[in-house]
Amino acid sequence: MRIVCPFCGERELGEFTYLGDTKPVRPEAGASEDEVFDYVYLRDNVAGDTSEYWYHGGGCRAWLKVTRNTLTHEISSIEPAAGAGAAKVDA
Amino acid sequence: MKYSIFSLARAALSGHKNWQRTWRDATPKDRYDVVIIGGGGHGLATAWFLASEYGIKNVAVLEKGWIGSGNAGRNTTIIRSNYGLPGNTGFYELSMKLWERMEQDLNYNAMVSQRGVINLYHSDAQRDAYARRGNTMRINGIDAELLDLAAVRKMIPFLNFDNARFPVQGGLLQRRGGTARHDAVVWGYAHAASELGVDIIQNCEVTGFVRDANGKVTGVETSRGKIGAGKVGMAVAGSSSRVAAMAGLRLPIESHVLQAFVSEAIKPLIPGVMTFGAGHFYVSQSDKGGLVFGGDIDGYNSYAQRGNMPVMEDVCEGGMALMPMIGRVRLLRQWGGIMDMSMDGSPIIDKTPVDGLYINAGWCYGGFKATPGSGFVFAHLLARDESHNEAARFRLDRFRTGAMIDEKGQGAQPNLH
Repeated sequence: MRIVCPFCGERELGEFTYLGDTKPVRPEAGASEDEVFDYVYLRDNVAGDTSEYWYHGGGCRAWLKVTRNTLTHEISSIEPAAGAGAAKVDA
Repeated sequence: MKYSIFSLARAALSGHKNWQRTWRDATPKDRYDVVIIGGGGHGLATAWFLASEYGIKNVAVLEKGWIGSGNAGRNTTIIRSNYGLPGNTGFYELSMKLWERMEQDLNYNAMVSQRGVINLYHSDAQRDAYARRGNTMRINGIDAELLDLAAVRKMIPFLNFDNARFPVQGGLLQRRGGTARHDAVVWGYAHAASELGVDIIQNCEVTGFVRDANGKVTGVETSRGKIGAGKVGMAVAGSSSRVAAMAGLRLPIESHVLQAFVSEAIKPLIPGVMTFGAGHFYVSQSDKGGLVFGGDIDGYNSYAQRGNMPVMEDVCEGGMALMPMIGRVRLLRQWGGIMDMSMDGSPIIDKTPVDGLYINAGWCYGGFKATPGSGFVFAHLLARDESHNEAARFRLDRFRTGAMIDEKGQGAQPNLH
């Protein structure tokens, strides 16, 4: 598996760290226990295309949003995660 | 058929041409008292314990491929009970005791070999942590010995003791730990369960659950038709989320890939099972001579049953740090298996919120050693509708109540357990 970083180009997997599914969103302060439990512990754990965060720690140190198929490891799209490296590019 | 020295001699005299199939390849009936999804070690062990301990013999084990084709055939065959936390300590020792009598119980040679498991330590802090774990084991009646440097040197003289960064200082030894032949474990449970009337049904993939008006699970839809069930137990680690999703459940589990490796055969070298404490590397030597080893999971969600190079490199570096002389040994085989990584690194054996559906999941990468214990306590749960004493903490709701069993102390980060 190789990841094409939008800033650095195609790089080997060892440069990247995995965070996981982009879907869970941290609940607002004061959210119910159920919402927090759901966010912290429950996962869709999709078999197929899934959107996930990867961190390019061995390169530009930007957070990336990667669409990857968990059955084949095929990557179909990569974009900078909002508020991460993207902000620097536009500046 | 019954195996003995006489059956072996008889077969040898006829050139081993008259061995019969060791278990029945069944076709599905309309209904069973209990249907187990997953024909791996855990599913087959559950079926056998249901039939032998709990008197429930109208049982089917459904397997989407062939039995043992999942993680039961993809592990590094290590058995041990060196856990430190309440919940784990007693459960894995229950499993260890069942390993010790498995071959007699099943009338099958599973090549259970108590050749010892040693966890090496490389710093004072690690020694203290291992001393504590060893003491926890001993007050729970489990064997553990803390070895100093001289004792380790005597036992494993070929290690790189003077590694500048990670010198070996000693180790925690469990002599009763060791290895077992993973395929034979699957075949042994299949053999013994089949003898008691359990139907083992292969090429039978579950595609959905049949539910009554109250939502209770009353059967399963499969690629070989509908099968009715009094109760359904799932033992499909790696695919738990996918199967549970058919019943509308979301689990505290992520599926990750773990790789394992076998080298070409070399002369006898490694005395038992060894782990490198400064990295993540564990190794034993098979009876054929190959070094069987592994390390960390790859770290990203995967159902692909194959991994990538960075982890392969990392695992081999661990081996080289410990035994630089293996550098010229060639790798023979490498593979990946899909692990149910739970949110605290410990398994789940419980009823689900769906009536009639029971779950055995979340084994992370420690499922093989748990095979007999898991089968026993899951059978208990299915038969009695209450958790076995030694599995009472493996509850599905512990993530909500906070009663986590986090042996590694990593929190809700499944790829770090």
